[in-house]
Amino acid sequence: MEKVTLAHGSGGQATAELIDKVFKHHLNNEYFTADDASVLPNPQATLAMSTDGFIVSPPFFNGGNIGKLSICGTVNDLACMGAKPLYMTCAFVIEEGFDMDQLEEIVASMEKCAKEVGVKIVAGDTKVAGKGQVDQVFITTTGVGAIKDGIKTSGAYAKAGDAIIVTGDIGRHGTCILLERDDYGIEANVSSDCAPLWNAVDALTDKVKDVHVIRDATRGGVGTVLYEIAREANVGIKLENKKIPVAEEVRGVTGMLGLDPLYLACEGRMVIVVPACEADQTLQILHQSKHTENAALIGYVTDEHPGHVTITTEIGSETLLPPPGNELLPRIC
Amino acid sequence: MNKEALEIIQSYQGPQIRIMEVCGTHTHEIFKLGIRNILPDTIDLISGPGCPVCVTPIDFIDEAVMLALEKGCTITTFGDLVRVPGTKLSLAQARARGAKVKVVYSPLDAVEYARKHQDEQVVFLSIGFETTTPSDVLTIKEAKDLTNFSLLTANKTMPMAYEAMKDSCDAFLYPGHVHAIIGTKICEELRDQEGVSGVVAGFTASELLTAIAIIVKKVQQGQPFFVNAYPRVVKSEGSLKAQDIIYTYMEPCDASWRGIGKIAHSGLQLKDAYKAYDARKVYDLPAIKGKDNPACRCGEVLRGACKPYDCPVFGKGCTPDHPIGACMVSSEGTCSAYYLYGGLKEWKK
Repeated sequence: MEKVTLAHGSGGQATAELIDKVFKHHLNNEYFTADDASVLPNPQATLAMSTDGFIVSPPFFNGGNIGKLSICGTVNDLACMGAKPLYMTCAFVIEEGFDMDQLEEIVASMEKCAKEVGVKIVAGDTKVAGKGQVDQVFITTTGVGAIKDGIKTSGAYAKAGDAIIVTGDIGRHGTCILLERDDYGIEANVSSDCAPLWNAVDALTDKVKDVHVIRDATRGGVGTVLYEIAREANVGIKLENKKIPVAEEVRGVTGMLGLDPLYLACEGRMVIVVPACEADQTLQILHQSKHTENAALIGYVTDEHPGHVTITTEIGSETLLPPPGNELLPRIC
Repeated sequence: MNKEALEIIQSYQGPQIRIMEVCGTHTHEIFKLGIRNILPDTIDLISGPGCPVCVTPIDFIDEAVMLALEKGCTITTFGDLVRVPGTKLSLAQARARGAKVKVVYSPLDAVEYARKHQDEQVVFLSIGFETTTPSDVLTIKEAKDLTNFSLLTANKTMPMAYEAMKDSCDAFLYPGHVHAIIGTKICEELRDQEGVSGVVAGFTASELLTAIAIIVKKVQQGQPFFVNAYPRVVKSEGSLKAQDIIYTYMEPCDASWRGIGKIAHSGLQLKDAYKAYDARKVYDLPAIKGKDNPACRCGEVLRGACKPYDCPVFGKGCTPDHPIGACMVSSEGTCSAYYLYGGLKEWKK
């Protein structure tokens, strides 16, 4: 079985072969370049740009791998600003001895994910580090997107009365990684929610222009995002516990471990804040889009308790959602 | 949800009832469900000494730090204990000074660690009540071929603590998990011999509300009472198998409870036959008398003598990120529950 060697990162013949056989084979497009930098047409728009490093352990998990994650992460960051992802770069740091077939599988899922949202990977870099100097494979992606006309989102734009929507059931990615690591000896079938959400955001912002906040609920989960919004906009947020979508198997695992799904990472879920009058249409559009079929309205922005998130429990009592604490799990994405 | 129970609770006019929830999991569920917020002023819920990390005295942390730093042992423990302050150092601080402290998710993981690292002397910190003690002592069976594994024990049993705490409340909300192990005869004896009242409760909203409603009804009848309101899990005789495991390896001893002091026959120690697994004997530990931070009122909180927000350092010097007392460290701790769910002024009841 072929392995990645230090020679593949040397910049010589082996590097050229690796690029041709794996990277170019899967990611080629009119801008993918062998030159020192990619030359791109001017998109004539306000741009959004974002970068993210991915070090998830393990790199292959139920429902995805680090490659898919590295595209989704940056695509979704751009989508949160209402930006159509145009171009991306990716930089790999690969551990010497990493399996070539696995590398190809990672790159193939990047291809699939990038194609789904129409983003072009225009440049890349490959480094190989000696055995033990990195853990299998790390990927950094950077993306540029064109912000759609009339769309302006920020955590600070949440207003009292706005509706809060999540685009699907929460806590899957965190639970999935936790199970993959097998530290707890629990067996359950939970797949990651890792997904690129630009197409859903595109469909939404075609119809609903007055979207106040879109935020990717990655590390720290939906709960952390809601606290960020509450603090940035100086508003209160009131959730209804029974409306928060959580898959039965996620509820089972988190219940056993005493974890709150609101604080577990998602990699394909957004928190979307829109004026209450737009809530129905927003849900309707999301329900018809891929990866957001189970979107749900989970609460409202209020002017009570600014900076805090409260939750109406199953007995009808309003209680404080405990503010985010320390990182539950390292190397989640 | 149990509407009838909610109605009984909310329409209660008095006189004042003090209910002590003994179990840390109850404390947290009660906060999480917002039960305190819907209680009338006539019902006071007091959080008792049911969090194993919280009642473990500071001496125990000092012993673990000594094993790690002076005896060169590798400490294996559940995560909560790592940040509990000792007299001078917590285990986390000891780790920063070179001590080996390994967080495990089950006692058997500690044995596995010892098996894989036979050049290290591995000590597992065994604390907790009847619910967790069986899995702690089963490590001895698992480690019978190892010479590098031992337990530092501070396991406790509930019955004598009830007796010590009986004047702090009108009725106990007995912990469902503990009584699933030890059964309910002890509760009947407490009722008949000491006039102590209580209800065994489960952990869902409906089970908790039902148990509180039963207490409200029964208190008004004026007689000591006991009701098992968690019969789907708790049986009169308890789990004989779990009891057998505990008393195969351990025997009762006097034990110190943080904030409460020494309670006779409220602890468990390894039997002499298993002294090869008793870290205190293996490493010849001297008696250590630790000293709690005088600013912290954890002790009174654990007795129900004050509420967390009556403590001068609560939420100021003492937070979950920088705990001064054990009750702020553990996820089952009373101060941690108050801080997370009710630490803000506007949420104080």
